[in-house]
Amino acid sequence: MDFFLLQLVNGLSLGAIYGLIAVGYSMVYGTIGLVNFAHGDIVMLGGFISLIGFLLLAPLGISIVPLALGSVLLVTIALTGLFGWLVERLAYRPLRGAPRLASLISAIGVSIILQNSVLLSQGASVKRLQPLVSGAFAVTVPGPVHLTIGIVQILIVVTAAVVMAAFAYVIRTTALGRAHRAMLQDRTMAALLGVNVDRMTTASFVIGSGFAAVAGLMVTLYYGAIDFSAGFVIGIQGLIAAVLGGLGSPAGAMFGGILIGLADAFWSGYFGVAYRDAAVFGILILVLIFRPAGLLGRAEVERI
Amino acid sequence: MAAALRLIKSRALIDAAGAACIAALLAIPLLGLRLNETGRDAGLTYHLPWIAYAALAVFFARLGLSYLRPWTFAAPAASRLTGYAPSARLLHGSINLLAILFALGLPWFSFADDNFIDRATLILIYVMLATGLNIVVRRAGLLDLGYAAFFAIGAYADALLSQRFSLSFWECLPISGLLAAGFGLAIASPVIRARGEYLAIATLAFGEMVQTVLVNWIPITGGAKGIAAIPRPSFFALSGATRMNEVDLFYYLILAMVLLASAFVWRIGRLPLGRAWDALREDEIACRSLGLDTMAIKLSAFALGAGLAGFAGCVFAARQGLVSPGNFTFAQTAMVLTIVMLGMKNQLGISLSTIAIIGIPEWFPALTAYRMIAIGIVLVLAMVWRPDGVSTRRAPTMRLMRRVARPTVETEAQ
Repeated sequence: MDFFLLQLVNGLSLGAIYGLIAVGYSMVYGTIGLVNFAHGDIVMLGGFISLIGFLLLAPLGISIVPLALGSVLLVTIALTGLFGWLVERLAYRPLRGAPRLASLISAIGVSIILQNSVLLSQGASVKRLQPLVSGAFAVTVPGPVHLTIGIVQILIVVTAAVVMAAFAYVIRTTALGRAHRAMLQDRTMAALLGVNVDRMTTASFVIGSGFAAVAGLMVTLYYGAIDFSAGFVIGIQGLIAAVLGGLGSPAGAMFGGILIGLADAFWSGYFGVAYRDAAVFGILILVLIFRPAGLLGRAEVERI
Repeated sequence: MAAALRLIKSRALIDAAGAACIAALLAIPLLGLRLNETGRDAGLTYHLPWIAYAALAVFFARLGLSYLRPWTFAAPAASRLTGYAPSARLLHGSINLLAILFALGLPWFSFADDNFIDRATLILIYVMLATGLNIVVRRAGLLDLGYAAFFAIGAYADALLSQRFSLSFWECLPISGLLAAGFGLAIASPVIRARGEYLAIATLAFGEMVQTVLVNWIPITGGAKGIAAIPRPSFFALSGATRMNEVDLFYYLILAMVLLASAFVWRIGRLPLGRAWDALREDEIACRSLGLDTMAIKLSAFALGAGLAGFAGCVFAARQGLVSPGNFTFAQTAMVLTIVMLGMKNQLGISLSTIAIIGIPEWFPALTAYRMIAIGIVLVLAMVWRPDGVSTRRAPTMRLMRRVARPTVETEAQ
């Protein structure tokens, strides 16, 4: 029972990270119908930027943990958002209206560029960070082993919840959110009714990259390590979460992320980590066979 | 003075300055502050001048670009479909013939020692791979991001069958191809009905799944170390009869396979199935309304591509004598995809771009570190410059024999 609860807690914190990544995929897919294969690498960039930020703070003498976390988070979001903006500008905007295959291939190219520019500039080794947020709560549950919940895990889940709540508020109430929902429903019609498609696309990339930045920072905090190829597998996991929840639906993405996080944690806990990724890919293929539109998504009707 | 002011006010300069600022900001985490390994934890080293270098480089590059307008990143206007003159066809044919003759005569050139021929063999293996992916991506318009997995299946099939069941290379070859094609069918048939992106995602996941299995199923696949001592094919009495060494014979084997595959692809492209691939890529709804079985057509292209990758994998395993999971990562798929995208949809173009992408780093190992980033840049630039390169445009089926008043036909890109 304790072991089960432990995996549940692990799964929830992993799921929060996957969910944030999945929302980034969903944002972009919702606005321009592109699966942004470079999103995982944007997460990796966010992780690197936050790691550099933490290391910068030490000589500056900022040692209060909440202040350090907050300032690094802001800087990471800003710089990662800038990367997202640049990627959209250089690699996706010229392909508006081009065959879908062209944008997908361009996205793969961007992913390779980001990964390898970090490899060339920062080296191939795994970069480690001293645990910044340590400590854990001991929770007494009936049973022989006592359960501990790391403060990092609580922090991750709470931050993800706050970010998602803010995002839901923006989507529900602001003009930007209304435009986003309109584009999700019918891109052409939204454009005809005066939604600025270019600006909305840029916004979705910047917001999506902001989510990636938060997720990247969490990856750095949670695992205490990051390397140039980290974005690939974690990006696929996030993408699978987005597909599971239904591409284009932010709530579905968060839901899918938590499901994938739980599957990940329980599989690792009970069957070992060796085939964990294979298990998650297996879930994806099952979903694609039985519910291609995702668990929460609605099936798209093709119109001529 | 006034001229200088005008220059300063010019938009190009402001634009370049803005780009330089962005470059400086983005260079901070990439170039200015670098992580190094000091003991267990990462430490920072400061390379602040690099930020300025990056900003200056981008400033001048952007300034240079803006003087080259309207070429700069503007979305391409209408695509132009030009007539395809019979003389061009003759020219293409003779260039192809020359290339084939060159490939056939390669072992007799004085510069072609065994090492050279061995590398040429590797290039031909990638031509084979690219021929397969060309069918999937450029003919049928399906994105296969797990292509290296089929290559792996072919290679491991050869390795395992020859070691455990002591089958010869010649027995393994057809099994490898068929097995890879079978896996292709199995993975594609459930998801090929869904939208295009889903096939890309599913194949990406499949590629990683195969990678996971190869690394972890140690009793069978040997784990990360892979399988060594794979026997090379025996050429029976050929070696004695032709007085050629084994490296040359192996080269001719893969050359024959590539020529056979090319001829097959060329021929099938002109049969109803090939026409159906083209039609499907251009307009799936129209195809369905004409009663084409879109699923079967897509699956045939996908399985054919996977099968060719399986054959290539079998030859690859026999050439290396060693297979390990590192040979079949996503990077391989990306390389083959780039070859296909640069390949101009014909076999000669594919061969030339294979020489560029696989061959150049083979002969200049110093460039290997930059190969992947170059591949990424080439993929993006190829798409940005010629986004319609992935579709439309094919040799006209019929052409007028006499010159007509209007030699070019312009069509609007939809």
